[in-house]
Amino acid sequence: MVQVTLFGSIRAHADGRAKVEVEARNFKELLDRLVEQYPGMKPQIDRGVSVAIDGLVYKEAWFAPIKPDSEVVLLPYMQGG
Amino acid sequence: MMDTGVSKRKFKQVGTRPARPDGVDKVKGRAMYGADMTAPGMLTGRILRSPHAHAEIVSIDVSEAVALTGVKAVVTGADLVAQDDIAMRDIQINVLATDKVLYDGHAVAAVAAVNADVARAALKLIKVTYRALPHVTDVDAAMAPDAPVVQAGRSLETVPAGMSANVTNQCEFGHGNLDAGFARADLVIERSFTTAATHQGYIEPHACLASMTSDGKAEVWCCTQGHFNVRSICAPLLGIEASQLRVTASEIGGGFGGKTAVFIEPVALALSRKSGRPVKIVMTRDEVFKATGPTVATSMDVKIGMTKDGRITAGDATLRYSGGAFPCGTVEMGAQSAFAAYDLEAVRTLGWNVLTNRPKEAAYRAPGAPQAIYAVESVIDELCQKLNLDPLDVRIKNAATKGTLSSYGPTFDDIGLMATLEAAKNHPHYSAPLGKNQGRGLSAGFWFNFGGNTSVSLTVNTDGTVSVSEGNPDIGGSRASISLMAAEELGIGYDKVRTIIADTASLGHNDNTDGSRVTFAVGLATIHAARDVIKKMCGRAARMWDIDEDAVTWVDGAAVPAGDNAGKFPPMTLAEIAATSLQTGGPLAGHHEFTADGAGVSFGVHLCDIEVDPETGHTSVLRYTVFQDAGKAVHPDYVEGQMQGGAVQGIGWALNEEYIYGRDGRLQNAGFLDYRIPVASDLPKIDTVILEIPNPGHPYGVRGVGETPIVPPLAAVSNAVARAIGMRMTSLPMSPPRILKALSGG
Amino acid sequence: MKTIQVATTINGDATEFVCAPDESLLDVLRNRLGLTGAKEGCGTGDCGACTVTLDGRMVCSCLVLGAEVEGSTITTIEGMSTGDALHPLQQAFIDHAALQCGICTPGILVAAKALLDRNPDPTDTELRYWLAGNLCRCTGYDKIIAAVQDAAAKMRTA
Repeated sequence: MVQVTLFGSIRAHADGRAKVEVEARNFKELLDRLVEQYPGMKPQIDRGVSVAIDGLVYKEAWFAPIKPDSEVVLLPYMQGG
Repeated sequence: MMDTGVSKRKFKQVGTRPARPDGVDKVKGRAMYGADMTAPGMLTGRILRSPHAHAEIVSIDVSEAVALTGVKAVVTGADLVAQDDIAMRDIQINVLATDKVLYDGHAVAAVAAVNADVARAALKLIKVTYRALPHVTDVDAAMAPDAPVVQAGRSLETVPAGMSANVTNQCEFGHGNLDAGFARADLVIERSFTTAATHQGYIEPHACLASMTSDGKAEVWCCTQGHFNVRSICAPLLGIEASQLRVTASEIGGGFGGKTAVFIEPVALALSRKSGRPVKIVMTRDEVFKATGPTVATSMDVKIGMTKDGRITAGDATLRYSGGAFPCGTVEMGAQSAFAAYDLEAVRTLGWNVLTNRPKEAAYRAPGAPQAIYAVESVIDELCQKLNLDPLDVRIKNAATKGTLSSYGPTFDDIGLMATLEAAKNHPHYSAPLGKNQGRGLSAGFWFNFGGNTSVSLTVNTDGTVSVSEGNPDIGGSRASISLMAAEELGIGYDKVRTIIADTASLGHNDNTDGSRVTFAVGLATIHAARDVIKKMCGRAARMWDIDEDAVTWVDGAAVPAGDNAGKFPPMTLAEIAATSLQTGGPLAGHHEFTADGAGVSFGVHLCDIEVDPETGHTSVLRYTVFQDAGKAVHPDYVEGQMQGGAVQGIGWALNEEYIYGRDGRLQNAGFLDYRIPVASDLPKIDTVILEIPNPGHPYGVRGVGETPIVPPLAAVSNAVARAIGMRMTSLPMSPPRILKALSGG
Repeated sequence: MKTIQVATTINGDATEFVCAPDESLLDVLRNRLGLTGAKEGCGTGDCGACTVTLDGRMVCSCLVLGAEVEGSTITTIEGMSTGDALHPLQQAFIDHAALQCGICTPGILVAAKALLDRNPDPTDTELRYWLAGNLCRCTGYDKIIAAVQDAAAKMRTA
């Protein structure tokens, strides 16, 4: 299980919790499990999210590995200029 | 340059300042920018734009324009393929409106004619019947429940019921107990701020040359920050496949984020298809201001608590951003970056995006961050003033460091903020004396930096030289940096490498030149591509020496036996291997395609001295110093250039630049005379101090540097003004009339 | 509209062209003569990217009519150096990384040369005011000032 920190506006879909636990070995599995367990997150996840795994931000890489003790933070999809 | 960081390795090429490969062409006026290309039989395209801030399009009659001699095609929104995907549909109706015009300058129709005179005359013959609708251009007014609705049905599920339909999204970030934090504070200050929309202000207007045939084959030449993105957007709008559309990026005359968006290329393609001839469209400056991306306009509330000894106990910010007539997520970036420089127990940021009848926002260097950080850094500065604390000591006391839980969620790895703050504190600028009506301000700044999708190809030519093909338009000298990294990795001279920007048919997809990603991500792909070809060259040497491939390594530009057991052979240089490559197995090339991760965040600190003329309200910048962590400065000249250029754009934002709308909802200052960007005589020397705290995510330690420099100037200048005039301005820009009004008690 | 025939000297070469009565010198240079070194950033004389010299005087070529230059001598960025040699200003801009995107560079080089022809040893302040009509959005002007001063010093001792 990995612990996922949710940003504020998505917490409403996880009963207001700031952290949830899911079984995931990579970014893609994380997204799939979150949508399964918290269907209310689907619109946001479909629009795009980023994930910070141990401090590094991933925007697209589905197979970015997640270790059980990784710090995992879900973030909105990020873009620069 | 002051090198206060620890470099991971000794470099031979990286960190030097060689001449850029495109330098001679650019100083001789030979470089080809967007508007400089011509094609046989080329037509001139021009675009008809809405004179209304908000109106229904009742009808468009193009018959008279079509009949005019010399007109070869007229197109409207009906000539583009209607898109199902909502983000693509927003681009489609921004490129050519369909049912409604949403802002002054919104494109409605276009013509292609034998010359510009005929094209202009034809535009006047297009009869558009509008039904004017109520409009709103102010972000706070647009949030009111009874405000005119810019687009209905665009609110996401994140927006609570009962709000104005203009509110499209809401976001929240943070951690800790705010009430407990504020209760621990000795002083709590809450202020509201506004910042005007500003334009990227690139000197080159958008320009393209498009050619499309009736069988769906198409070519585009254009100035863009991402020609692969141009292809991704144009192909579906024209209903053709990506393989049939080749996009070539011209030299680009500035972008700063604004040329990540697509405006005229689909229109030129549609005109070319219809007319059967190549079509060139070049925007006027008026069109650039009215119809291409400015930044968001903002209204913000910030509340911060601090103890008497300068510890921040809690920070809370509410941001209301408007990205114009289409939904935009920039407020999310602002909300995440607002407090990123600080190690806080309790922090919350709440962001709202609101629709207004303004052009669609486009990215501008660290989009969303300068505004939010301006508000936060202003309140911190006021707390320092009221508590009689040194503003730099307070920032050092609260600075985020490795291991800090950031305000947006992740825990920071190695970051350079503390080193940057300490460099500022130890710099002579910080203790230099000030005169009457003068003030010194400072601000920290932050940007995430990104990596992204990247594809690079590198060939070793038989004469021992190397060609690098990459897919990211070079805005500020990146070809030189990429060549340096290729030379470094291969162990050959910089002059043996030439880097070019390849077209969309020659490489895999490359994300835009944005997010401060090119030197980081393209550099990383180049290093990997070099390693790929090194492995192949070692293989060739192994065959020549008749030893095992694994027994060969690469040292200083040559294959050498890995150890004494491998055999005794003199080094075989890249040039020697290249010379026989066609006999030893064929052409030598390396490549790398990936999604780059590990872009390290970047911090900067700016110090600014200003003087306010109490009679005119005019602010002069007297001295300015930029401190920034570059990870590793690959070509320090261009790192300094980013720091200086970003700082000056921020100075313009702080003091002069703003979109001014009339009561009719039309833009009042669509030109460089009335939208005044800084000129040479406005500015002092911009000093730079590069710090090098290696990014653990890059083999050379490189961090992106391009965006962070625009973040601190807004607050640095504002804090300096506050200290010079003894009162705090809470609206940007601090133009002379606004300062005069404040000084007169108004 | 009837076109007008104009005879002029551009970058030392006798040049004849025809143009419309309302056609700018910039459009003539770029669209009729293939001299695309001068850039159009605004078309209203605010940005300086189209700077050329007309009988030795610095002008925004977007504000001059093609028909006005009959009998005149014009120098554009393309005429700043000949053969494979660079003018010291051009070399200094490369050496000092005084360009990023480079779109303003032709205009700034022409303007800087016009200053140094009159005043070979300008102060930084004089230089900054002289170049105030040439907008650069990339560099913050810092490296441009350094490059012009370096070129000026080299030209004084040449």
